[in-house]
Amino acid sequence: MSATYEERLNAWVGKQLVRPTPAADPVNVPMIRHWVEALDVANPVHLDVEAAHATGRGDVVAPASMIQAWIMRGYAKTVRPQAGADDPYAEFIALLNEGGYTSVVATDSDFEFMRELVPGDHVSADESVESISPEKTTGLGAGRFVTTVKTYRDASGEVLATQKWRTLRFKPKAAAQAEPEKPQALRPRAAINLDNQFWFEAAKEHRLVIQRCTACQTLRHPVGPQCPHCQSFDWDTVEASGRATLYSFTVAHHPRHPAFDYPLVIAVVELEEGTRLITNLVGIAPEDAVIGMPLELEWLDADADLTLPVFRAASAAGEEN
Amino acid sequence: MSSLSGATAIVGIGATEFSKESGRSELQLGCEAVTAAIADAGLEPGDVDGLVTFTAESSSEIHIARNVGIGDLTFFSRVGYGGGAAAGTVAHAAAAIHAGLADVVVCWRSFNERSGERYGLGQANRPMDTNADRAAYSWMTPFGLSTPAQWVAMFAQRYMHEYGATSEDFGRISVIDRARAATNPKAHFYGRPITLEEHQASRWIAEPLHLLDCCQETDGGQALVLVSAERAKDLPQKPAYVVGAAQGSGEDQHMMTSYYRPDISGIPEMGLVGRQLWEQSGLSAADMDAAILYDHFTPFVLAQLEELGFCGRGEASDFIRSGALELDGAVPLNTHGGQLGEAYLHGMNGIAEAVRLVRGTSVNQPKAVDNVVVTAGTGVPTSGVVLGAR
Ligand SMILES: [Zn+2]
Repeated sequence: MSATYEERLNAWVGKQLVRPTPAADPVNVPMIRHWVEALDVANPVHLDVEAAHATGRGDVVAPASMIQAWIMRGYAKTVRPQAGADDPYAEFIALLNEGGYTSVVATDSDFEFMRELVPGDHVSADESVESISPEKTTGLGAGRFVTTVKTYRDASGEVLATQKWRTLRFKPKAAAQAEPEKPQALRPRAAINLDNQFWFEAAKEHRLVIQRCTACQTLRHPVGPQCPHCQSFDWDTVEASGRATLYSFTVAHHPRHPAFDYPLVIAVVELEEGTRLITNLVGIAPEDAVIGMPLELEWLDADADLTLPVFRAASAAGEEN
Repeated sequence: MSSLSGATAIVGIGATEFSKESGRSELQLGCEAVTAAIADAGLEPGDVDGLVTFTAESSSEIHIARNVGIGDLTFFSRVGYGGGAAAGTVAHAAAAIHAGLADVVVCWRSFNERSGERYGLGQANRPMDTNADRAAYSWMTPFGLSTPAQWVAMFAQRYMHEYGATSEDFGRISVIDRARAATNPKAHFYGRPITLEEHQASRWIAEPLHLLDCCQETDGGQALVLVSAERAKDLPQKPAYVVGAAQGSGEDQHMMTSYYRPDISGIPEMGLVGRQLWEQSGLSAADMDAAILYDHFTPFVLAQLEELGFCGRGEASDFIRSGALELDGAVPLNTHGGQLGEAYLHGMNGIAEAVRLVRGTSVNQPKAVDNVVVTAGTGVPTSGVVLGAR
């Protein structure tokens, strides 16, 4: 009886993926200089021997973050990879591909450094599988977290550093769901009645209107059949300029409705005309929302039956537009 | 003979035309009838402070009040059971006036029973017309604003902006509630106090509200038995007298979303309740020996402290930090653990705790309690009572 996929996968735990592989070059000052200049490293102990001595070091030291750089395979092998006949790493990837885990994203990298590297050190590294998680549902798709440990050693075999490297190997969603993508859930419907339908109909025409009492000219929102100031039932509408300021807001996280993207910024804005309106902010990150900020109207055609006024940050040229 | 007899009278009547298809919303029909009746009585909309209707009515009192221009309401009531409610609305109004809860009460009922939802046809083809309560959600839910936490968060953000309050100020209410619950064996969170750090670390629900700003949900029940003061003397328990009882619906009142008032950093409907409680009882916030304040969401506890006069506007954060709400403070808060700590029973468990405080039997009894104030749900038309030992 042949082993299940799960068993074949788990057989890799503890196995070496990459055999000890020496770096192309020993630790050297020119490469340190490139690194320090490219990353604008301020610490002088990487290039200035005097500075290194002043800190009790015998020589300049390589930046710790360079540890991976020493063992990189280089440009040529990257563009023209040569699959070896006996390559455990390639075998492992093939097994993941077989399970449908064809995509990868790095999730964590934890280093532990034992000693600093000095010019002349010759680094080599090997890599082993530490753990493989059961299949998890993630935002990217179903996948497994694969944790490996890279061990960096010098020529004598002394461990210089270890690196726990966690990746998510996942089934890309498009592949996982061969069926056509489901249409996005619709926003909750407005409950339209005789009192409010004019407002939603105007919105469909991309007109933001405000109800006005024709007897006393008072504007009112939310809409209603009668003016609370003079009791008149006669009204018309005026069109809002679309300029507003942010009066208050909340950033909704939970619970989630499938029609919306979260975190969702829901706001109360005060229109230039004086009435207030519940709406959404668009193009404004939650952390950038500030009470009092100027806003301008934008129309959201949410679906065939629902058009809503939403607000974005006012452009500097808003007055001229 | 009841003292109610002859104590009130009907002084105005008003109606719309009677037709088979009005072509207007049920809310508009109600507004027209109410406006006509007020005019017939020779009064102004602002004179009205009470409204009574049927539970089957599609337009809530707040919609009539804000459209007709009635303003503050100190009494609003509904009577159930379909057409059997008609005379009942008059009875409620008469009793309310006799008891001093309101001066001018309008009773109404309006519907498009023929062109709209015909009772005789059952639940078949629903017409497109939608009642005012449902239509009110049209301003919120299409934008994703649909939960109580989000509704309160909108107020809380503005409150923080105006008064410099912080999430930690809200969190201190949670910490107090959970501390009281921790020593209340009946509380869900018995033995589980929290720290302010835990409050701050709890996940966002609707910023600026963390999970620990929001109360739990509960299955349960709570009942209260009330009798006359006379009868109470003959019963074994120490009475908790109803020293004050009041309702309040503020100007331009909405359900949890009264965002259209000049200022939204307070909850004026609770101020209205408070002023009535103090006037009825001859007491003030300073006379309260404990407070059971409705705590479905922490920010509104701060607003209540201000509306009821425990502290000035915008001073609730300092008031809480002063320790006044602790067990040994001037006015211990939510000694049962509140709804955040004990149970969410729509405030009824808080009234029971107030009774225990007056009896001297709370598990967290601070000292002799002569008077305690209890409030109901916030952000909506609300109510409150003062229970006392006298
Ligand atoms: Zn008017």
